[in-house]
Amino acid sequence: MTPPLLRIGCAAGFSGDRTDAAAPVVEALVAAGGPAVLIFETLAERTLALAQLARRSDPDGGFEPLLDELLRPVLARCVQAGIRIVSNFGAANPVGAARRIQTIAHELGLVAPRIAVVEGDDVSGPAHRAALAQALGPAGDGLQVVSANAYLGAEAIADALVDGAQIVVCGRVADPSLTVGPALAHFGWARDDWDRLARATMAGHLLECGAQVSGGYYADPGIKDVPGLAALGYPIAEIDADGHCTITKPPGSGGRIDAHTVKEQLLYEVHDPAAYLTPDVVADIGDAEVAELGPDRVRLTGVRGHVRPAALKVNVCHETGWLAEGEISYAGPRAEARARLAAEVLRERLAGLGPLRVDLIGVTSVFGDDAGAWLAQQPAGDARDVRLRVALNHAERASAERLLREVTALYCCGPAGGGGVRTMLRPRLGTLSCLLPRAQVPARHRFVEPMEATP
Amino acid sequence: MNDTLTVPLYRAAHARTGDKGNRSNISVIAWHPALWELLVAQVTEAAVARQFAHRRPSRVARHLLPKLHAMNFVLDEVLDGGVNDSLNLDSHGKALSFLLLDLPIVVPAELAGCLVGT
Repeated sequence: MTPPLLRIGCAAGFSGDRTDAAAPVVEALVAAGGPAVLIFETLAERTLALAQLARRSDPDGGFEPLLDELLRPVLARCVQAGIRIVSNFGAANPVGAARRIQTIAHELGLVAPRIAVVEGDDVSGPAHRAALAQALGPAGDGLQVVSANAYLGAEAIADALVDGAQIVVCGRVADPSLTVGPALAHFGWARDDWDRLARATMAGHLLECGAQVSGGYYADPGIKDVPGLAALGYPIAEIDADGHCTITKPPGSGGRIDAHTVKEQLLYEVHDPAAYLTPDVVADIGDAEVAELGPDRVRLTGVRGHVRPAALKVNVCHETGWLAEGEISYAGPRAEARARLAAEVLRERLAGLGPLRVDLIGVTSVFGDDAGAWLAQQPAGDARDVRLRVALNHAERASAERLLREVTALYCCGPAGGGGVRTMLRPRLGTLSCLLPRAQVPARHRFVEPMEATP
Repeated sequence: MNDTLTVPLYRAAHARTGDKGNRSNISVIAWHPALWELLVAQVTEAAVARQFAHRRPSRVARHLLPKLHAMNFVLDEVLDGGVNDSLNLDSHGKALSFLLLDLPIVVPAELAGCLVGT
């Protein structure tokens, strides 16, 4: 007998996404009936390092800061309807997140849900020091490491679900694995069924950025119009026993899902379409096809899979110094000329401190290169509302702070009419990537007992 | 004679940028299957490298996905080190798809109906 469709809804595409997205997705999953899972993807490349820093100052912290806002509105409904929840919102402290969820469940008057954490991704400890040093080579010498995490795959998630977890809390796992794990558990596929794993992986890829497949990050008025951007419906994938998926969204929600929105997200952050690497499989979308089945319903087919990579990718985040930024505005007659003069003053005052980036916001800013080749190509014009922005990196805080002071001093010493100075200084994190053999990074799940919920 | 028109790429295709490290990828997706062949002929690795010359890509690779009428460009070392090192306000390079979408494209007049916008 063919198992029923598995529906997976995604209610967050990054840490900082809308926190009111989940309720309509959950209601759509309940209305559809049948097996369903809700996922939240909240862990971009740098987010985990920031979480690790947060945990340094608060040992009970280090998980998704908006966990309460994301989960509280839907936790009771999910538990009661049998919708399981899988997320990487554990960040640097999955057990801490699990305890927090136990507390929320208790406050909501729910029977304690069975929560599993997936562990093994954190390779920053002494046990992995030698392996990591070898994998990084000379680039790793003398690093002030903030975090080191391997991208785990779907297997530990699937195992946790098979063992009865209602909620699975992960740290670093590959984003598509949040979808592959539930599909593996539901359909019972062989773990070397590369085609099915690849199809589920691309379903997960379409889901993992939330509304980016359903009309978010797409609109361009007059060219690409999207209705209801202020109330976007987040995506739901209907996955069949062969791993093929249909992408849809809650009825009546804003946004749009058509062949074009799905193609944009399918290729998002893909390099070689024939080899999209994850811990679970190498997915091949070279012959993928999309078909519009109806309004806001698109089916993805043609995905193939190849044997998974032998090693796991590891991201190492380390402290690299300070980013200093400053801005000041000029408006009215000759505003651009005054902004350009202010830039010249700053270049002279900050000479020797390192490369200074200059942007003329309102003339040109983000297209340009740090070295200023693009800016130099732009002929001086007569823009009448220009915000000068300068930025530099420096290893030493005191040196970086000089930029802040020099931009502020433009109030009295710079060209006429400058206003609205803002300055910012923040620590920088660098990222190095390397590979570790799977055997050195065993993933495992364990259940967090309700006892642990009340410290 | 007016049997061709020159239009910005955004009238013939749409695009999205993604980033990983110091590498940017930009998809280019035809608005209409009839526009696919001319996009393949004109939106080449060389044309993209020219459009991004000031970013000094060390390599531009194009991957074709004919069944999607789409192509995927991978531009190496165009993000001034990437999100961790760049001084750009847009350290991810998310806006870069719109730099590519300004590329001029020559379209036969009989395909004008396949273009979007004006």
